Amino acid sequence: MELFWYIIIALVLAIFFVLDGYDFGTGIIHLFYAKEEKDKRVIAKAAGLFWDSNEVWLVAAGGMLFMAFPTFYASVFSGFYLPLIIVLWLIVFRAIGLEFRSQFNYTMWTSIWDKSFGVSSLLLALFFGIALGNIVRGVNLGRVEEGKSLYEAHYFFLPLWDSSFSPLSEHPGVIDWFTLIIGVIAVVTLAIHGATWIRLKTASSINEKLKKVIFNLTIVLLVLTVFSIVVWQIVNPNSLNNFLEKPYLIIFPIIYLIGLFGLLFIKKIKKDSHSFILSTLLIIGGITSSLASLFPVILPSTNATNKSLTIYNTAAESYGLSVAFNWGIIGIVLLLIYFIVQKRLMKGKIDKMDYGH
Amino acid sequence: MEDMIFYDRLQFAFTITFHYIFPQLTMGLSLIIVFFKWKFLRTKIQKYNDAAIFFMKIFAINFTMGVVTGIPMEFQFGTNWAKFSELTGGIIGQTLAMEGMFSFFLESSFLALFIFGEKLMGQKLHFLTGFLVFLGSWASGWFILATNAWMQHPVGFEILDNGKFVLKNFSELFSNPWLIPAFLHNQFASVVTSAFVVASIGAFYILRNKNLEHGKLFLKTGVIFGLISSLLVAFPTGDWNAKNVAKYQPASFAAMEGIFETENAGAEIVLIGQPNMVEKKLDNKIAVPNILSFLTYQDWNKQIAGMDQFKKEELPDNIPALYYSYHIMVGLGTIFIGIMLLAIFFLWRKKLYTIKPLLWAIMFLVPFPYIANLTGWYVAELGRQPYLVYGLLKTSEGVSPTVSSGNTLFTLLGFVALYMLLGLLFLLLVGKTIHQGPKPIKH
Repeated sequence: MELFWYIIIALVLAIFFVLDGYDFGTGIIHLFYAKEEKDKRVIAKAAGLFWDSNEVWLVAAGGMLFMAFPTFYASVFSGFYLPLIIVLWLIVFRAIGLEFRSQFNYTMWTSIWDKSFGVSSLLLALFFGIALGNIVRGVNLGRVEEGKSLYEAHYFFLPLWDSSFSPLSEHPGVIDWFTLIIGVIAVVTLAIHGATWIRLKTASSINEKLKKVIFNLTIVLLVLTVFSIVVWQIVNPNSLNNFLEKPYLIIFPIIYLIGLFGLLFIKKIKKDSHSFILSTLLIIGGITSSLASLFPVILPSTNATNKSLTIYNTAAESYGLSVAFNWGIIGIVLLLIYFIVQKRLMKGKIDKMDYGH
Repeated sequence: MEDMIFYDRLQFAFTITFHYIFPQLTMGLSLIIVFFKWKFLRTKIQKYNDAAIFFMKIFAINFTMGVVTGIPMEFQFGTNWAKFSELTGGIIGQTLAMEGMFSFFLESSFLALFIFGEKLMGQKLHFLTGFLVFLGSWASGWFILATNAWMQHPVGFEILDNGKFVLKNFSELFSNPWLIPAFLHNQFASVVTSAFVVASIGAFYILRNKNLEHGKLFLKTGVIFGLISSLLVAFPTGDWNAKNVAKYQPASFAAMEGIFETENAGAEIVLIGQPNMVEKKLDNKIAVPNILSFLTYQDWNKQIAGMDQFKKEELPDNIPALYYSYHIMVGLGTIFIGIMLLAIFFLWRKKLYTIKPLLWAIMFLVPFPYIANLTGWYVAELGRQPYLVYGLLKTSEGVSPTVSSGNTLFTLLGFVALYMLLGLLFLLLVGKTIHQGPKPIKH
């Protein structure tokens, strides 16, 4: 049952990052590449049309995490208190940028919301990457100093950074050079994803240029990926053991690599939907590979005193999990139906549609 | 530790207060939109469709605000109330996850379809999407109330040796005797808010002599919905809830009614007075004898326990705030019934649209149902103190053990700043929508 909920939550989170990921990515592209007002408007619309129905996946994931793994929810949400609240602020800020930009047609008004939408999208991508970096790196659970826990074994608290800025220090902060690298990887990945989405959904004048942008960013991503795997060995020498012990897990890195190498041939790809699928694989592969490298751990402990959090030692009792299984199946099916109905009704290029928003 | 709990509570109170400005409108308004759309299907008179489309625009703005202020609510269970989440997540996580999965999804998916898809779907399907938005938003209220009902009156659980609350019986979460009265009371109260909003916009158009035909429709619909819902809020649902509090949380009941001393021959009902916590009495009290005993137990002389019957640690920790919240809610509720009765009387005499003082009053009363709804929730939440899970888990035992007060104050200040900006933009946008007014759609 724990495994079922783990897979479901990972799936919902992956869907969230694919869907809201192109929203964030669209914001990043918007910030750096959209110059003409017409493009800016249509690109903001490409993100704005779906952001709230995309964010319901985050709400669903949060709710299920709370229900199925309450101890993990409590530990991680209080431990990463500051970055999480900052992410919440950014989500709010980004949403108001999207919703309010089109309300008044003054250049001063639209340009400030354009910037806030772009910058908060960029920072969100960065923070989500940093969060993944933190999960992979692990934390000092129980805040152990000289062999003694200061807190209960599954609680911790991380400042945004500590002075050494190193993942190897006794009490690393949320942002160190390792998590920052993962953050940059997330920004680049989502920028690529946003660019493929814009090409798919709009007929903006920068679409041709975006092909080159995607190619360049993919090269950057390739370099960063290799680099991060190397430094990961410094941070955690056992990080690849899971893949050696359970070779079938290798499927996840392969998904990532298909996306990555596929996008190197962006100039030859004829259909925009194909490049969007490739960037989707990139995101799904990236998230699932990171989770698979830890499994069944979901938050590694960096000290020897307290055990890592796993899906087994943080789960709710079995009765609750099995009851939730019954309604959860119905829920998931409904979610997929809503999702398909909505996307079918909204297919096509945005600038050609008359939504009168 | 003390100031840590204080800031955690203050942050939750601030963010939930701001959040609940929006859902209380959307829940009630969705019902009125369904009514307009249904009238249009029946009569084919264009103004009903205009009204449905116009109010769905207002709905959408409020829904957006509800979403962006609602995500922080879900996260705060983990960030600020980690111990509470850890101990009770196996139970309230169920209802909260169901809310996200069933109702929130339903509402947001079909809202987009309602707004963008009228031409695409045809009128019957368009009505259906509107109905599903209504269903989603009321289901949302249902799951949130189920969560809160469990905290007010925990059922269907077992406590393990490590202090964890474990679910024993899933269906009891929804057959909780606290749930149905609280849900109905809350939903009708949200209809009151939206009825006032609809009537107020109508009154505004009539007074400005603009969009007259729509204005009259809004005003008429608003006062009819307003009268029915404000009556239902008082009786039977308000009465039913008060009896539940008297039965399950007698200490809170004494505190909210302002009964310091137990009287043997029936309890009086306090209309006005200020709690004096030093001398343990009400200053400047105006009260009517024996009414409270009658209202609660249909027995003029039934004894009701006063605050003197309870230990200090069983009583809510902020008695004056609880007392005022309750009396403001009840007082406003009574005023709403009065003003709506008056409006209905003049509607019946066909004079409603010409009596300017009444139109001005209806227009300016619009903040008060919001205040009544919010103070109603304060009664529920302050009344539950000093517990998170009534009688079992203290509020002080639920906070995150590792988050310091300095960090909480930092985030609280950030929320205050951000929400002020959000509130300003919200008013701007709603003002713009009202200014533009309902326009007939060209076919």
